[in-house]
Amino acid sequence: MSRNITVQPITRIEGHASIGIELDDNGNVSDARVNFMSLRGFEKFVEGKPAEELPRIVSRICGICPWMHHLASTKAVEGCFGATPTPTGSRLRELMQTLAHAEDKLLHFFFLAAPDFVMGPDADYSIRNVIGIVKSNPELATQAVRMRQKAKMILDRFTKKTIHPVAGVPGGFCKPLTEEDRVDMLAQTREIMDFALFTMDLAKNEIFPQYLDVIKELGTITTGFLGTVDKEGALNLYDGRLRLMQPSGEFEEFDTADYTDYLAEKVVPFSYGKFPYARRWNEGFSLDPDNPKGIYRANTLARINVADKMATPRAQAELEEFRAVFGRPAQATLLYHYARLIEEVYACERAVEILEDKEITNPDVRAHVEPGAGRGVGCVEAPRGTLIHDYSTDENGLITSANLIVGTTHNLGPINLSVHRAAKDLIKDGVVTEGILNRIEMAVRAYDP
Amino acid sequence: MPVKVASEWLNSCSGCEISVLDMGERLLDILAVADFVHIPALMDSKYFGQLGDGKHLDIPQADVGIISGGIRNEEHLEVAKVMRERCGFIIALGTCATHGGIPSLANSYTPEQIFERYYHTETTDPADFVPNQGLPALLESCDALDQHIKVDLLVPGCPPHPDHIFSALVALVKGEAPALPEKSVCDACPTKREGKGDLAKKLKRFLEAPEYGAPDEPLDQMRCLLEQGFLCMGPVTRAGCGGDGILPRCISARVPCRGCYGPVRPEGNQRLDMLNALASNGIDVTTLPESASMLRFSGAHGRLRPARPKES
Repeated sequence: MSRNITVQPITRIEGHASIGIELDDNGNVSDARVNFMSLRGFEKFVEGKPAEELPRIVSRICGICPWMHHLASTKAVEGCFGATPTPTGSRLRELMQTLAHAEDKLLHFFFLAAPDFVMGPDADYSIRNVIGIVKSNPELATQAVRMRQKAKMILDRFTKKTIHPVAGVPGGFCKPLTEEDRVDMLAQTREIMDFALFTMDLAKNEIFPQYLDVIKELGTITTGFLGTVDKEGALNLYDGRLRLMQPSGEFEEFDTADYTDYLAEKVVPFSYGKFPYARRWNEGFSLDPDNPKGIYRANTLARINVADKMATPRAQAELEEFRAVFGRPAQATLLYHYARLIEEVYACERAVEILEDKEITNPDVRAHVEPGAGRGVGCVEAPRGTLIHDYSTDENGLITSANLIVGTTHNLGPINLSVHRAAKDLIKDGVVTEGILNRIEMAVRAYDP
Repeated sequence: MPVKVASEWLNSCSGCEISVLDMGERLLDILAVADFVHIPALMDSKYFGQLGDGKHLDIPQADVGIISGGIRNEEHLEVAKVMRERCGFIIALGTCATHGGIPSLANSYTPEQIFERYYHTETTDPADFVPNQGLPALLESCDALDQHIKVDLLVPGCPPHPDHIFSALVALVKGEAPALPEKSVCDACPTKREGKGDLAKKLKRFLEAPEYGAPDEPLDQMRCLLEQGFLCMGPVTRAGCGGDGILPRCISARVPCRGCYGPVRPEGNQRLDMLNALASNGIDVTTLPESASMLRFSGAHGRLRPARPKES
């Protein structure tokens, strides 16, 4: 007899989603899909608001990556007003952005993803979580809690508010960095870098090898990729041009303001969130698991796939080692975790690099700006993917329209395909166990939605 | 016996949950005395059973239930009601849960107006339907928890400071009443108030830096931002954002307050109170481009509503 399975809520992810699986009369998967259940309407309710207020409003799209929304928005407002941030203001923002990435990746790896690997995918749900890790491996857990906290508190002490920040302002940054703070932040960031390198080694040598088969197979699909690169083609988290790569590995590069020529969004009946696809490929959009069309992915694996290289030495060494084994573009979904740790190393190295340059304490952090009519596209790489804020303003600098493409949404189509694949591979002849359902969720968690 | 805790997030951004984590190592102290039985952000407890074959949404029984986020759709409403049934004590965590929060800015529009924009942006392929398969229907507005269920403790903040989350949880574990700040942001703000003498009569938008001297000049050497002519919501906003460190967060960053802790009295109206305060100081409120933003954290409870259609 056919039956339905509802995995709700999907847990250890950031948002609200559920998985629906339909089994046929033989107990095999006839359909599987992921419902994304959140709709708040930011695109509508920011209309009429003074544009300079938006960086403090849209941050509430995500409490895990508020810095990215805050900064993409700040850049978009500057575009509307025709303003340019001071060089130090801009550099301070990049510093906050990279430190926020460093914190976020530790959060995801240790608090959200690691329970599946450290406790094991089949461990009972009551211990398959960070609390279980605290009890079974208190030393590692305490270290992870402490280091994530350290990264967070660097941001907090300097900018005063790090969940829903206020530091980015049109024209630059709210306040300068003092020499005392620079020295302190540098020392602490170096400690986090040591922990990032420790985590990379731990994952590469002890965690991933145990699950190599799972990593290669679970939820693996073939797609294109999207990410940001600098002028040299190196991965950049704060600024640059976008690269859209086809599944074959060929890519095109474009200015962020031209994103509408390359990307479009599809409304699907089972998700409030829209599904972006590559308009540029002229093949339309399809989630047919056997013949998907227009599907590309964003977030860590995508960024390291589209980049020619990493701009910092240790991350570059890690990328070379990764590529020697998994190639370019690497498609296995669980490699998102591996790529996330390579980016963690990069984020720490980049933050150290910025902090080593004393110019970062230049007090000229904020230019006066005048409100006005215009359009601005602000783009940064959020942990969960390329983040695009596109605003238009009237002559008073009030928002007339806003279009947002948020990091996670790029992966909504791919998450559906990965879940479909995982469900089909794992559920046979009606046998459904907690371990199997958790493995299907692991295909979602890799994307850190 | 450890205290059992269940935690849920509704129309939220997960910032409150991250603020819980930002207790840092104090979180480990909490875990020693509290037993989390349900927290979707961190734990895999499922509404419809661990095999996904249950017929009714359920949440494990707990002594304390923590809910962040407002109520925007039918699933939020159902989860809130089940939490109320299953938990002895309900904490509304964060300003979305206490007053609607930023998402309640949507209350100026009908759900249809929101769909109309979101599903017809410049990058969206035109669709002649609104998604509805396996999705909870939207309610007419984004509501605070106490509009639908009885709430035992309000812990406002966007997000609430980890110091207060910690002290509230510790108090509850000990069976004591939590003590949270009850005055206004101004009450905790040390900036210099020089009186009405040369007070700005017009309000500036925040497009330039305020005057504050050298970068490391202490906050008590900076003149009140409102007196410098910047709209600052401190007078009508509940204190607490600085945690045990007291100093208001945004003002410490040389940025005016926007009201994220909600009104000083839970039933207060931040827009009305602020417009009154400005007018009584002779400040020309028409110099502001709009005032709906004054309710950006507290648009629930019917404070923000869709404009009535104009009669033709």
